[in-house]
Amino acid sequence: MKKKIIQFMGFLFLRVCVGIVLAILLVFLYDIGRKGGGSVNWEFLTQAPRKGMTAGGIFPAIMGTFLVTVVTAILAVPLGMCAAIYLNEYARQSRLTRIIRLSIRNLSGVPSIVYGLFGVILFVNILHFGTSILSAGLTLGLLTLPWTITASEEALKTVPNSFREGALALGATKWQAIRTNVLPYALPGMLTGTVLGLARAAGETAPILFTGAAFYLPYLPKSLGDQFMALPYHLYIMSTQHHAIETVRPLAYGTALVLIVLVLGMNMTALVVRYRLRNKRRR
Amino acid sequence: MAEEILPTRETGPPIAVPGQVRELLRKAKPPSRIREKAIEAFFFACGVLAILVLLGIFFILLTTAVPAFREISVKEFLTSPQWDPTSPEKARYGILSMIVSTLLVTTGSLLIAVPVGVGVAAYLSDVAHWRVREIVKPVVEVLAAIPSVVVGFLGIVLFGPALAKLFGQSNGLNAVNGSVLLAIMALPTIISLSEDSLNAVPAAFAEGSLALGASRWQTLVRVRIPAALSGIIAAIMLGMGRAIGETMTVLMATGNARAFPHGLLSSVRTMTANVAIELGEVPYYTTHYYALFGIGLVLFIMTFAVNLVADLILTKYQQRER
Repeated sequence: MKKKIIQFMGFLFLRVCVGIVLAILLVFLYDIGRKGGGSVNWEFLTQAPRKGMTAGGIFPAIMGTFLVTVVTAILAVPLGMCAAIYLNEYARQSRLTRIIRLSIRNLSGVPSIVYGLFGVILFVNILHFGTSILSAGLTLGLLTLPWTITASEEALKTVPNSFREGALALGATKWQAIRTNVLPYALPGMLTGTVLGLARAAGETAPILFTGAAFYLPYLPKSLGDQFMALPYHLYIMSTQHHAIETVRPLAYGTALVLIVLVLGMNMTALVVRYRLRNKRRR
Repeated sequence: MAEEILPTRETGPPIAVPGQVRELLRKAKPPSRIREKAIEAFFFACGVLAILVLLGIFFILLTTAVPAFREISVKEFLTSPQWDPTSPEKARYGILSMIVSTLLVTTGSLLIAVPVGVGVAAYLSDVAHWRVREIVKPVVEVLAAIPSVVVGFLGIVLFGPALAKLFGQSNGLNAVNGSVLLAIMALPTIISLSEDSLNAVPAAFAEGSLALGASRWQTLVRVRIPAALSGIIAAIMLGMGRAIGETMTVLMATGNARAFPHGLLSSVRTMTANVAIELGEVPYYTTHYYALFGIGLVLFIMTFAVNLVADLILTKYQQRER
């Protein structure tokens, strides 16, 4: 009897833990949805900030985040895929391979602000890209790299070995086998994993603080060498640095809502595609 | 096209694949050994890039931090609690109070995240009906996807006022607030990795325990969790690494007072927050500027050590599994 009571209490504790996690997410989404929903409208999404950022919209920030994410993708997606192809298709069990894998795992643990410091020196100073979309995008690209490598390798692992062996047995070279019999099947999975990484990069703030994000710009960036406004940085400013924090709170909520919809939207798309692919495989 | 070629139970093995390969071989130039080697070398270069980036980060932090120690002694930097680089009399560069703040907030977050995270993982692996699992797992993934700046924002507008009311303070921006938020950010890592290691425990362990008359709870606590402990510890350490390096949430929610922290309710400034606040204002190539990179170097070494230990535990654990 006592055993039963202890078990009941124990499982109750576990249920409470799950309840806490569910409650946190619900409270987060509810609060942002309710208070941010009021300030998001067409004008908010398509106008620039006005009157010292106490009115108007966030269009330049949306545009800036989009442009930076494109630069991030151009660096991180192909490099991540190629590194994953090396690790899964070519690499032998060797000390060097182990070190590469160890580096990738450790890169994903490097604090984002440290990537920011690295970006300041390498892209802004040494390569003279200045504080710009290019510098910020490349910094975020390096940050995203370990995630895209891991995700792409996961996708490559799901391709059965018989696909490779079939091509090799017919006389294809290794690269021909990979190109015709591995990549077509792994590519959708690689892309979904990559989109998940890009969604995380789009929401990052610390790496772009010093590599190109601007407090306020009255115009849209014209080239990759320009500074830019970004959604996460805009939210940070609107909630901590603005001279009239209480009056702009609705705008901050609106920005948070747009950012979260953007990031979760990218996530959902990727997850739905992944789910469908998995079901297709199983059939 | 990919859909037609995929082997399915109805169509049997991939029929179109050999044809495709043969056609390709007919069209292609005779395979050249040099070309194959070149392609392999290209992919190899992409793989090695990961090592170069990691070394590059360390090297750049080190070379930029070193000039700071022409004026500051390493001992003072690490053990003095006074950080006042803009003082008119004598600039002080001690990061001890920031290190303590970082450790304080991280410890606080783990006190919350470890029981809850391991609890959720145990629930998912041992108790939950598969339908519940299908709901909870995406919830955890969504939680992991929320940008840190949004979590920090909620710390200001949601937890801050609540804590202020609870403890009778003017605003709730303090170490507790930061700990709660960091716990939320560390939870997804701890949950998913702990669940993985619980699932990796051989079923025979639990079966043996149940056959001897133990209850499911006893089996979970005395057999399954101890068997998965190394993986759970690694998960906790990875969560800890994330908490140490997190910037935006602590920057926004802990109040950023420079003083040495006196307790969980005092306003603190972590290493990450200090870099984020000061690097934007500091003139380039001054001792202050270099010292901020010194903080970055300390951060890098701390997180690297934590991650490396977690990694060693995981690798050892996986080898034992094989």
